[in-house]
Amino acid sequence: MFTISSTPIDTAAFLGELRRGRAGACVTFEGWVRDMNEGRPVTALEYEAHVPLAEKEGGRIVSEAVEKFGALAVVGVHRTGSLVVGDLAVWIGVVAQHRSAAFDACRYVIDESKGRLPIWKRERYVDGSSEWINCATRGDHAAPGR
Amino acid sequence: MILKTVLIRYYAILREQRGIEDEKLLTGAATPAALYEELRARHGFTLTGDRVRAALNDEFAQADAPLRDGDRVAFLPPMAGG
Repeated sequence: MFTISSTPIDTAAFLGELRRGRAGACVTFEGWVRDMNEGRPVTALEYEAHVPLAEKEGGRIVSEAVEKFGALAVVGVHRTGSLVVGDLAVWIGVVAQHRSAAFDACRYVIDESKGRLPIWKRERYVDGSSEWINCATRGDHAAPGR
Repeated sequence: MILKTVLIRYYAILREQRGIEDEKLLTGAATPAALYEELRARHGFTLTGDRVRAALNDEFAQADAPLRDGDRVAFLPPMAGG
């Protein structure tokens, strides 16, 4: 399951959905809003999503993680709306029988999410300017892996 | 040229540059790529067509997929989730 949320992520509720008797390992990942991006001090940001498509594509990534690594259950949540430094922007939770599969599946889901989900980020900087990430027209490029 | 009516949805930088979220448009464009070029010429979008993906009816689509009457078309700028 992959959810786009316009309100703060209730991590306890999503964690509850992962409970399985066969699960011996649970790995969660939290992506937070950082105060700096490529040397520019960030104060806040906005996420926007094509919600039905993002949830569909997120669901495909989750299914791939289950298939490739044998995870027992996977949940992903990504925020939209206005966030400030320190806020939780994305949460991934994975349970598996053993830790290795749980770590690998969690890493897979967050890495794939970055490049495949129709979600956009506008950063606001200390100097009052703002920018849509990856959308500049000169001298920029997509930045996979960040 | 066959005219069709499509419902267009803009996101992020395209939404800001267009000034609206969505619009209904009568177009002769046969594909999402052709439609984007038509809109880019009209509205001055800064992103070139090769950097924008299309979705048709809430699913990713090829740039050269056929556009049909009544399609819901979304133009997706370079993604930046996470």
